[in-house]
Amino acid sequence: MARPVRFNIHPKEGDINSAVAVAEAPAGYSGDGFFTTKLSDVVGLARKNSIWPLPFATSCCGIEFMATMGSHYDISRFGSERVGFSPRQCDLLMVMGTIAKKMAPVLRQVYLQMAEPRWVLAVGACASSGGIFDTYSVLQGIDQVIPVDVYVPGCPPRPEAILDGFMKIQELVGQESIRRRNSPQYQALMDSYGIQ
Amino acid sequence: MELSNQYIQQRLTEKFGEQVFNFEDTYGMLSFEAPKDQNLKVMQFLYDDAELQFRFMTDLCAVNYPDQPGRELAVVYHLHNLRDNVRIRFKVFTSVAEPDVYTASQLFSTANWMERETYDFYGVNFVGHPNLKRILNVDEMDYFPMRKEYPLEDQTRIDKDDEMFGRG
Ligand code: SF4
Repeated sequence: MARPVRFNIHPKEGDINSAVAVAEAPAGYSGDGFFTTKLSDVVGLARKNSIWPLPFATSCCGIEFMATMGSHYDISRFGSERVGFSPRQCDLLMVMGTIAKKMAPVLRQVYLQMAEPRWVLAVGACASSGGIFDTYSVLQGIDQVIPVDVYVPGCPPRPEAILDGFMKIQELVGQESIRRRNSPQYQALMDSYGIQ
Repeated sequence: MELSNQYIQQRLTEKFGEQVFNFEDTYGMLSFEAPKDQNLKVMQFLYDDAELQFRFMTDLCAVNYPDQPGRELAVVYHLHNLRDNVRIRFKVFTSVAEPDVYTASQLFSTANWMERETYDFYGVNFVGHPNLKRILNVDEMDYFPMRKEYPLEDQTRIDKDDEMFGRG
């Protein structure tokens, strides 16, 4: 018996407004041919939608990041099309995996090589706290050597969780005052890690 | 003639007499012991002998036996005869207070890094080693982590619940 062919009998019409995500404009005053808003809002808007991540993947969580970067989860939807592999060019250090104590100076060096403003995302239990490796050879959380902005829990976290952490970073980036990095609090934070 | 464990044992006893002892045949693999100052002589004999020809070192490691006073550290050599495909294990014991063992790195180049690793984790002092320093752990480490008197866990953590980590 012939089966009815039913593919695409109700094709969906493309809707440009739902298919393309457009960043919302910051609050401000607009009129005929002009728009005024705060500079920090515009800077934040530009920064948060064009974060260049630097993946620092050392073990199993790195595999989840590869999925996050791949076409199914696709971190480029969040403006991170360009994953950089030079710390000089990148804004966001994504640390995914177990960091052995011997690796700690390397991680710190990579962080120091990044230009301000820079953010750090600790993905997974290992990067956040040492995870299951409560042992003499593993760094018990990367916040012992560098400041961390957002922690993603999980062993390993699913790509959705990594994306969630990434969006939390975006929130921080978008709301950050352009003077934060010159503030005494930030200086004190850096001093507590011995970073000049 | 096939190289049998009995034959290896016989040759060793002929040569070293009382100096080689504790022969064991576990799962078909011969293992025996010698005093620690004889380790190079025994391995040199096993290497040079035309029939024995144990000329390949597969592994070198240490074991910590804290409840054997005077014999706390065992250094285990795994040797391989590639011609007859026979493997043996050779052990020397040393006290933890004076963990000096002669280096095998002159005889087997591969022993160089393996002895560094053994030193790194058990603190066995290989006398005559060309470069005896830590190889895997951080240079700042001030103890030998595989010795049983040291805890496995990192001691810098204060926020982990000891109950949950089985050390309450
Ligand atoms: S948190 Fe779990 S999955 Fe991630 S690196 Fe550590 S052990 Fe691997």
